[in-house]
Amino acid sequence: MEKYRINPDDGIEFGIYTLGDHLPNPATGERISAQQRIHDIIDYAVLAEQAGVDFFSVGESHQEFFATQAHAVVLSAIAQATKKIKIASSSTIISTSDPVRVYENFATLDLISNGRAELVAGRASRVGLFELLGYNLHNYEELFEEKFELLRLINENETVNWSGEFRAPLRDAQVLPRPVNGSLPIWRAVGGTPASAMKAGYAGVPMFMAHLGGSTSQFKRTVDSYREAARAGGHDPAQLPIATAGFFYAAESSQQALKELYPHINEGMKRTNGGGFPKQLFAQGVDPHNIMNIGSPQQIIEKILHQHEMFGHQRYIAQIDFGGMPMDNIKKNLELIGTEILPAIKKYTAKNKEGQA
Amino acid sequence: MKIVGLSGSQIGSKTRIAMDATLKVMAEKYPEVETELIDLADYKMEFSDGRNYLDYSGDTGYVTKTLMEADAIIIGTPIFQASIPAALKNIFDLLPVNAFRDKVVSMLVTAGSAKHYLVADTQLKPILAYMKAQMVQTFVFIEEVDFHQKQIINHDVLMRLERLAEDTVVLTETFTKIREEKEAEYDF
Repeated sequence: MEKYRINPDDGIEFGIYTLGDHLPNPATGERISAQQRIHDIIDYAVLAEQAGVDFFSVGESHQEFFATQAHAVVLSAIAQATKKIKIASSSTIISTSDPVRVYENFATLDLISNGRAELVAGRASRVGLFELLGYNLHNYEELFEEKFELLRLINENETVNWSGEFRAPLRDAQVLPRPVNGSLPIWRAVGGTPASAMKAGYAGVPMFMAHLGGSTSQFKRTVDSYREAARAGGHDPAQLPIATAGFFYAAESSQQALKELYPHINEGMKRTNGGGFPKQLFAQGVDPHNIMNIGSPQQIIEKILHQHEMFGHQRYIAQIDFGGMPMDNIKKNLELIGTEILPAIKKYTAKNKEGQA
Repeated sequence: MKIVGLSGSQIGSKTRIAMDATLKVMAEKYPEVETELIDLADYKMEFSDGRNYLDYSGDTGYVTKTLMEADAIIIGTPIFQASIPAALKNIFDLLPVNAFRDKVVSMLVTAGSAKHYLVADTQLKPILAYMKAQMVQTFVFIEEVDFHQKQIINHDVLMRLERLAEDTVVLTETFTKIREEKEAEYDF
């Protein structure tokens, strides 16, 4: 795990991610400016670091209701404003970018942040960016696979010889600058299905598994498939970190948490995904066996520990700010994370004193 | 309440005639219901390539968004080669898997022969069920002999279409009411 800058003895890492969505607050119907949203995201990372959060990541979405299209630029502002917290993309759509340029950006980010940068590569769930950036949607899979492979090749080798279908060949090409430790942790974004996880497994790439909702046991199958595929691909699953990422909201009670979060998720998803979140499914989010971490701090601690027991993952990443969530609610969540949730989950999962401190 | 009448073929006249008759009943008996007709013959639809429906533009974007915003959909379909037309199947392929969740869907079927009677049961209903529709179970099956000179001449068919309109409205009202009551119970 050292290659990925993770020490399992420190206990499970707790991270936060934002898609960089830019949506109205359903309570007021009003939307802050894109400028304000970007500053809020930078503040969010600073506050997360102060709360003791291990990791913070920002997504890339090229469509209406999003503000962090240039996510690497936002991340570099976060790198400058923070000291310890790991920073990453969630995710970088590698299919529609040049892996050389992406690598240059993230290696630079690693230098600015003194070795805290990571990269999560994804395929995009909405596909408007293919037209915007001049790519053919028919090559959706091939574009990702080829460019992701090249990205990893650049990460492993300072000098690259490569040729492919979607980019000019590289002949003894030096991709500079190099990251602090020579390479970056690069993850593959996985949508939660076993088929998607197996692609990451066969290639021996760390898995960043995003999930909306559903039973924890259902995602256990995805995690198992990932490790099985890794073994089949000749990789040691024990050396491959897994991160899970999904909705999170803590409040005094589970009912209060549902109340404060639901309108943001429902209205936000209508705009970004074309369909709301049914109340019936959302109400099940507080169930101890549901993968959504919604509830009181104590309930969430139990959920995360249960998930950790099931998955044996190294990092959990919470999404709190979706759908125009006010900064005050975010701050309240960070306070509960920092004072109650983080200390408890570290205590139960860390094997050394450092993690427990 | 908004009800969309979807005439599911690019060719032919019977399905559109039956759909017009149904929407006429709707306008007369339920003036408070907003209706819209989408006749696939009037739109240039792209084939589904798997993207989110919000990412389509032009006619494809308009038709999919209009269907997604409806409370109920009356699907009219002819029977081609012992099945629904490709144009109609393409609509289903363009929409998300849960597209008909919390929607009522009812059906009218036109066919050249009574031999096609079970096509809706064996081929259309399973798709609607998969996409989570609340179905009006009784559909109206109309044959070639029920039409003459672009008109429905069988009064039984007209009465059945009237009942189809009524059932669609009543079921939509009922499910909406039940859902609202249930959702209020969640208290969030």
